[in-house]
Amino acid sequence: MRMLTHNMLSSNIKGVTNGFPLRIEVEKVVEKQVEINHDFLRNIFPKIDWKAFFDASRVMGYAELPEEAPEPSVLESDLEFLRKFHHALLELHLEEGALVCPETGRKFPVNKGIPNMLLHEDEV
Amino acid sequence: MKLKQLESLLGGLQQFSNPKVELEQYPTGPHIAAGLLYTAENSFDDISNKVVADFGCGCGTLGAAAALLGAEQVIGIDIDSQSLEIATMNAEDLELDIDFIQCDISNLGWRGQIVDTVVMNPPFGTRKKGADMDFLFVALKVASQAVYSLHKTSTRDHVKRVALRDLNASSAEVLCELRFDVPQLYKFHKKKEVDIAVDLWRFVPKRSRGKDI
Repeated sequence: MRMLTHNMLSSNIKGVTNGFPLRIEVEKVVEKQVEINHDFLRNIFPKIDWKAFFDASRVMGYAELPEEAPEPSVLESDLEFLRKFHHALLELHLEEGALVCPETGRKFPVNKGIPNMLLHEDEV
Repeated sequence: MKLKQLESLLGGLQQFSNPKVELEQYPTGPHIAAGLLYTAENSFDDISNKVVADFGCGCGTLGAAAALLGAEQVIGIDIDSQSLEIATMNAEDLELDIDFIQCDISNLGWRGQIVDTVVMNPPFGTRKKGADMDFLFVALKVASQAVYSLHKTSTRDHVKRVALRDLNASSAEVLCELRFDVPQLYKFHKKKEVDIAVDLWRFVPKRSRGKDI
């Protein structure tokens, strides 16, 4: 699971009012290189919840991102920032571990890169 | 990529080995899958460089087609772990990077509208009434740009009315009518192959609700 997907997924247990962001527990991270697409990155940037993304990338072992989201203008010129943003967003995969509901602490296991978000009967 | 080439690549994918009747697991044929994604890309520019989600992805045919046509990120979501295993193998065979999530679409928790386009071949709701509309309800909340979906032609008026009135669609358009070959997968199928009339729809969600689900 990429950090882009993590930036959208939230816990939907009955009664939970704010299930985002899911906390990440890491057992194994894998890196898969993909070609950088500057236009895509500029497009997606304003939609990213930066704090959740920054925290997630730190937990995943990547500490190169700025804690504060940069101004969108930075994406026009700063190729180094684009490369880091690209790497954290699309090249880091949570392969084994868990996603944890921020409110209830319920763990959703991640095996072979696939989070299991199925709810139990009493959670629906 | 040419349509024929896309169809031929999809034709090589593995399909359900033990389809589950309660989930209405019918494979999406390569012809229909290729046609759906090709139209989405070439007529509407909804696939390449986009974030695409495949709802009820099964063995991942639609998601694979989206990735082959240049989607930047594809997310396949299905309730069934066996389907996701096959979908993962299919993606690996084609060297495609697809994120899979095991989840019941009706319980999906999602933030904002990062997904541009949802593609889906939902359960037609013959076993569980309204299952296709449950999928459409969630798809129209998640997608910012468009939802492509297949529904039985016999339900056309109903789909249009409900999508526009209740499901946050600003437009609902049938792009073409298809024949969906359902091979004899289950014991209750009496005929060898059943051929159902199915509509390919394109729905556009209303803008900027940006609501989480």
